[in-house]
Amino acid sequence: MRHKTMTLNFGPQHPATHGVLRVEVELDGETVMRARPIVGYLHTGIEKTMETKKYTQGITLTDRMDYLAPMSNNLVYVMAVEKLLGLEVPLRAQYVRVILTELTRVNSHLVWLGTHATDIGAMTMLLYCFREREKILQIYEFVSGVRMMSSYFRIGGLAKDVPQGFDTHVKEILDTFPTKIDEYEGLLTANPIWKNRTVGVGRISPEAAVNAGLSGPLLRASGVDWDIRKSNPYSSYGDFEFDVPLGSHGDTYDRYKCRVEEMRQSLEIIRQALEGLPEGPHIVEGYKLAPPPKGQVLRNMEELIHHFKFWTDGFSVPEGDTYHSIESPKGEIGCYIVSDGSPQPYRVHFRPPSFVNVSALDMLARGGMVSDLIAIIGSVDIVLGEVDR
Amino acid sequence: MGKLKDRLQKERPDDFVTLMAQRGELVATVSKDRLTDLSRYLKETPGLEFNFLSMVTASDYLGKREKRFEVVYSLFSITHHHRIMLKVAVDEDEEVPSLTGLWQSADWQEREIYDMFGIRFASHPNLARILLDDDWVGHPLRKDFPITYEPPEFSHNRDRIRPDYTSPRGGRA
Amino acid sequence: MGIGRHIPAGILLTSVEKAVNWARSSSLWPLGFGLACCAIEMMSTFASRFDLARFGMEVMRASPRQADLMIVAGRLSVKMSPVIRQLYEQMPNPKYVIAMGACASTGGVFNNYAIVQGVDRVLPVDIYVPGCPPRPEQLIDGILKLQAKIRREKLRQN
Repeated sequence: MRHKTMTLNFGPQHPATHGVLRVEVELDGETVMRARPIVGYLHTGIEKTMETKKYTQGITLTDRMDYLAPMSNNLVYVMAVEKLLGLEVPLRAQYVRVILTELTRVNSHLVWLGTHATDIGAMTMLLYCFREREKILQIYEFVSGVRMMSSYFRIGGLAKDVPQGFDTHVKEILDTFPTKIDEYEGLLTANPIWKNRTVGVGRISPEAAVNAGLSGPLLRASGVDWDIRKSNPYSSYGDFEFDVPLGSHGDTYDRYKCRVEEMRQSLEIIRQALEGLPEGPHIVEGYKLAPPPKGQVLRNMEELIHHFKFWTDGFSVPEGDTYHSIESPKGEIGCYIVSDGSPQPYRVHFRPPSFVNVSALDMLARGGMVSDLIAIIGSVDIVLGEVDR
Repeated sequence: MGKLKDRLQKERPDDFVTLMAQRGELVATVSKDRLTDLSRYLKETPGLEFNFLSMVTASDYLGKREKRFEVVYSLFSITHHHRIMLKVAVDEDEEVPSLTGLWQSADWQEREIYDMFGIRFASHPNLARILLDDDWVGHPLRKDFPITYEPPEFSHNRDRIRPDYTSPRGGRA
Repeated sequence: MGIGRHIPAGILLTSVEKAVNWARSSSLWPLGFGLACCAIEMMSTFASRFDLARFGMEVMRASPRQADLMIVAGRLSVKMSPVIRQLYEQMPNPKYVIAMGACASTGGVFNNYAIVQGVDRVLPVDIYVPGCPPRPEQLIDGILKLQAKIRREKLRQN
């Protein structure tokens, strides 16, 4: 009797693939022999489009890559350009960037938790997590006017200073969130069904994870202690005290625990940043790299000329290239910029964490069942906008 | 970082075409024949241990440099927290040795470079297109591939963009 | 007027057309087809704050054979367009399409080689909802306009 495997197409349109990911699965009964992810169904040509736009216009394009954590993408691009320019960003802007980036981390982990739990079967989590997410989106709207794609960071600082009442709203979140996270943990952490579906599923060893280029909670759940916020601190992260959660087994359950604990640590960082928020300018001085305030533009001639030159010609960045990376909720996101001295970048490349993480799907899913594949895809936490750019 | 640079210069003087510290990071230009050997040395030597390949990408310097492309690698050490950037200059029909044997993360990133630029990697396990259709012609991130911008169509420039247009109600606008 | 006095309470008089259109518009079943960022706002619209189930869309069907509304949420790339066409062909009549967001309507921010400049190059679209991404209230407005459009439909074959 001959033995044949079945090839199943887990197509680009599927409720559990979190976007347009296609996985070709070779099955022997219910066991996965090979899982080959096929990407590219959302390729947008962002890198080529950014070569035709000025540096400030490029910030809006970076929002659309990892659309669950838009401020992280903004931050990595803006910091890479600031590195090329050799700029020192004012401390107030750095602290506000930290607060908003950590809120983005909580935001992204909430969506991850909602969709991951829904795939496994706990459908209430989607409604709970999106309810909390609304509060963070209201902060985004309060600060920049847009719910999701805020483009609030600018080269040199922030677009505008935070409005009055910002600290009240953020404190409200800090007061109510920890009980909500306890609620989610109460639903899932000790739940025998959850543990049956996630413990021991999708194991990966630390050496294989480092070799495959995995980063973020995926790597830390295997026990490798690497967080860019601690190893190469950027944007004044060195001023804050926080822990980095580590797992030990490298399975889906450990990844879940790492991310939930990261949410708690993010709230701790926000608390410290909010208490220590200094006064000062919100963007770098001088009108070469930052447009003058509108009130001055409408009154003085010189500011009017600076405003006009900034928005039509842009500013040139000295020649050279650099690579800068930060810790986004999904892992290490990096930005490689080459400048040729003109107001447009010559080449921009983003190193997406999800792209490298999803290439390890075969390693994670081999030998498990089909339903484990769903849990693994959920726990890798991919965003196709970032994978395909 | 100064110590790292001195050590590399002392132990491997012939491998680096240039080696300098730039904006707080170590940048080295390497020739492509030395790449595999140097990468293995960087990965396995105690004290260096660059065990994490962060990024592989390429740039097209059409008309600006002698060799058209430049492939850039960013290596990081999780144990020692230091980073190095390697740059390799490549011409159009040259092949770069693939680093998939040393670091698995090079696999998909080198496929993306092949897809976007057309640079081939020798001994890559599966060098196929990844982000575009399998039958796509051309390599989009090259400088001679147009962005294919379509001018937005309004009623005042419709004659120039689509001269044969009639509206469903039978008129011109 | 005259006949109304002789009919007992609890009976509605209407035309078959109106009854069928009312039924079709009040229980549209959307196909879960989120492509990119607009999909997250679509998920927010289905979630607790801007509940879409109150408009009849309780069920979000995963299979196109059981859905009658396709909300194209996100940017359509050239590689994905044969897939979306096949999904559209698989939906049974009567079917409706909402192009949600700027990228689905006209290509949005991305005017380049990789993005189809508007879903209407591949599918017939009923309602375009602008925004990047559209707020949940905007999407609900678009859906209500679609419901009004369905109620105006004629049952006659042309």
